Amino acid sequence: MRQNYAFLDENSKKEIRRKTLKAISIPGYQVPFASRELPIARGWGTGGLQLTLSLIGQADILKVIDQGSDESVNAVNIRRLIQDTTGVTDTIHTDEATLIQSRHRIPEVPLKPYQILVLQVPLPEPLRPVEPSERITKQLHADKEYSGAWLRLFEQIMRYGSITDDADYPVLVGGRYVMAPSPIPRFDNPKLEGNDGLILLGAGREKKIYAVPPYTTVTSLAFLDHPFEVESFDDVTCRESGLTGVYMDELIDETTGETYYMTNDTSYMIEEMNKEGSVK
Amino acid sequence: MKTADNVALCVRNFSKHYGDGCAYCMDEDAVLDRNICPECGTIHACSDISFDLHKGEILGIVGESGSGKSTLMKMLYFDQEASSGEYHLADFLDGDRDVLKLSSRQKRQIRNEILGMVYQNPVYGLKMEFSAISNIAEKLIASGSRNVGDMTATGDHFLGKVNIPLNRKYEPPVNFSGGMQQRVQIAKALSNYPPVLLLDEVTTGLDLSVQADVLELIKEIQRELGISMIVVSHDLAIIRMLCDRTMVMLDGSVIESGITDQILEDPQHAYTQQLVYSIL
Amino acid sequence: MGYVAVKGGTKAIQASVRMYKDKQHAKGFEIEVAHIKANMNQLINQIMSEASLYDRDLAALSILQAEGNMEEAVFLLRAHRSTLPRLYYSTVTNTRDMFVERRVSASFKDIPGGQILGASPDFTHRLLDDDQSFTGMHDEAVEASYTYSLDALPKVIDYLEQEGLFTKKPEDDNEPDDITKQTIEFPSSRSERLQSLTRGQTGAVTSLGYAEIRGYGYSSHPNIGEVRVGQQPMHIDPYDTGDAYYIGDIELTEVEAFMPADEDEMDDTGSTEKTFKIGYGLTFGQNETKAIAMSVLDYSLEHPVGNAATSDDEFVLLHIDSVESTGFISHLKLPHYVTFQSVLDRVRQTKGGDGQ
Repeated sequence: MRQNYAFLDENSKKEIRRKTLKAISIPGYQVPFASRELPIARGWGTGGLQLTLSLIGQADILKVIDQGSDESVNAVNIRRLIQDTTGVTDTIHTDEATLIQSRHRIPEVPLKPYQILVLQVPLPEPLRPVEPSERITKQLHADKEYSGAWLRLFEQIMRYGSITDDADYPVLVGGRYVMAPSPIPRFDNPKLEGNDGLILLGAGREKKIYAVPPYTTVTSLAFLDHPFEVESFDDVTCRESGLTGVYMDELIDETTGETYYMTNDTSYMIEEMNKEGSVK
Repeated sequence: MKTADNVALCVRNFSKHYGDGCAYCMDEDAVLDRNICPECGTIHACSDISFDLHKGEILGIVGESGSGKSTLMKMLYFDQEASSGEYHLADFLDGDRDVLKLSSRQKRQIRNEILGMVYQNPVYGLKMEFSAISNIAEKLIASGSRNVGDMTATGDHFLGKVNIPLNRKYEPPVNFSGGMQQRVQIAKALSNYPPVLLLDEVTTGLDLSVQADVLELIKEIQRELGISMIVVSHDLAIIRMLCDRTMVMLDGSVIESGITDQILEDPQHAYTQQLVYSIL
Repeated sequence: MGYVAVKGGTKAIQASVRMYKDKQHAKGFEIEVAHIKANMNQLINQIMSEASLYDRDLAALSILQAEGNMEEAVFLLRAHRSTLPRLYYSTVTNTRDMFVERRVSASFKDIPGGQILGASPDFTHRLLDDDQSFTGMHDEAVEASYTYSLDALPKVIDYLEQEGLFTKKPEDDNEPDDITKQTIEFPSSRSERLQSLTRGQTGAVTSLGYAEIRGYGYSSHPNIGEVRVGQQPMHIDPYDTGDAYYIGDIELTEVEAFMPADEDEMDDTGSTEKTFKIGYGLTFGQNETKAIAMSVLDYSLEHPVGNAATSDDEFVLLHIDSVESTGFISHLKLPHYVTFQSVLDRVRQTKGGDGQ
């Protein structure tokens, strides 16, 4: 069957772009939109994909990553759909891309002014763990009533001695809205702030679009005496590249049974290794 | 209008009706069937109530169920919206503004920072599955605290004050007896030293000995902290024990008010007389 | 080296897709879309209803392509639906104009126009039949004669109304919401609820409707006033001239369930009367169980009871969609290495480690 350019019909794309503009105008606020079904399953990145499909033009250069990798099966699958319906050029080099769709990571290379990063979101409501009802969480956002989100962290400290929220750690955007940053590791939370590029977040199944525009303040929720902590890779070096200070995958050597670490953002690792005078 | 120097809370012409009302019952001289309009069936839960709460006093509101006293409390705490009237709080912009006209977000802020509420049923005032200490922290977080050490210290202080053994502070209130739950609720409501505390039938349903403990506690706290309080009860004995001044409500209206002793010694309204003599 | 799991994704996917396609149909036993369309009516009905796309040919194609997997077939049609612009809305249609093929009332033995059993598996014996006599072609078609015209049958509800046992709500001429163009915002409107319910997963709608009447909500037995199945003429009025064009018939199942309930109004003495309220179900194609369950849920959401989950529009509407629930459940098998690393970090921290 013949397909539309970028799959969706033009009216749908227009609606998504209008909602995206609204999201950019109100940083961190979840804008409801009439999410469409895509040829990829709900929960597999359809929110991010709808953003990408509604934004992508023929001159765009596309990068798709999942779990930090361009070659992860889900990234490949999404890239294939976008390319099959648009024919745009793709790249693995973060700097070359104009449009980057990612699941679970923000690339190690900082965003450039000409770039849009699209993050896939499974659960956009940061207050959902404390309040199941949508109409109530909507009211709580309107009232800037975020005690519930803080209380959750407080209760964790009481129970376990430290905050136990792992990925998808809530942030306060522009001093106004508490936002779920999508399941990126805490390691990536600081990268949400003060970017040169635009970050868009799309939740297809939950039908929400939200945004972190360039140069927005983004702070992770924490207490004065229990500061926000990222995952620690302090004493760890990438076995492949010798890199440090990046998010790592923990792996097990099949022959020796030993734990070792490797840079999670694979394209960054390859670029670093190909540089003159690289560590390794 | 502005609150006078010695006034903590000031209410003028508070009304709440369920139903649209009609030309007949919106007239102030209308004769209603108890609090129901004989023409249109609108229920006038509160009609034209005005009073001042003085700084540091305990004001009692007595009346049978259906008299409108609980509705009045709910309006004061913004759990319900008043149909008409004015409401000023000395601690919000020096009582300069009618707080009924504020946005939902500003009302939430007043609830969190200026008011404390103790409900008859602890379920409404506590998060039953969170630890007792976290319940107190919730109020502190809502009023702006972001220091875990400070909050646990304050929590310990108030739990001690209401005689909750500190070795049980990590337990959720759902494990506690009714009297203990009520004491945690009081500790929570007090924890940020709100200038105004609202107590709605707080001892109803408790054993007599537990009732006495809770009442003693309220008196002691009032003496110590000088908090202005409104105490609602259907029980004149409790009003007599706690309150400096008292208002008697019947069918949505205040029918008598004055110094508590005076009302008990020399009731003027037939209903008050009936109420007073029935307990003597 | 062991680390190849996320490399070579492109090759792995291509190989996996090829294997799946190779495995899909056994050589020598291929069937065609036309066979499915001719023989699998009930499956087609169910899929069109859940996909909310009325197209028997595409539904048959989706079944073949999905190897008969319901959720995949619905998914294919829904995805296809996203590529189509909405050009027109049909004009208001009245099911009194339905050409009725089947119509039963559980409430009255004798209804004006009579009970019309039509084609139904209701009274077949569910015995596996290896002679396949169920496919037997009868030489003589079953004939029946009716006193009423089948495209102008009166409704059972009229009878209740004449007796004063049912009060019709005032007509609401507000434009219905369109959940495919605007996402539902809560509290939901009735049009949003009816649209979500009719495209809900058959099993999910049935289960929740069952829970509602079994004891977690209305907890009582509704009476089916009428189930009717038939062909409904559809019109569009593209230039808004009032001169509508007939575009064809679609098969619908309509259910009106009677729920005994209290009158909304109390009299002077504060007592009230019993009356009947209506739960409404309507689906594409013949989907009787789903349409009945839909009528139960329409009622439960319109008349909430206590804390019943089936009275909570968010609970019901956000969890009955086939594409959403199967998508989210199945996404759990996608890689989550990065987030799991983050979880490991926190778990180790609480165990007193250094977070590595």
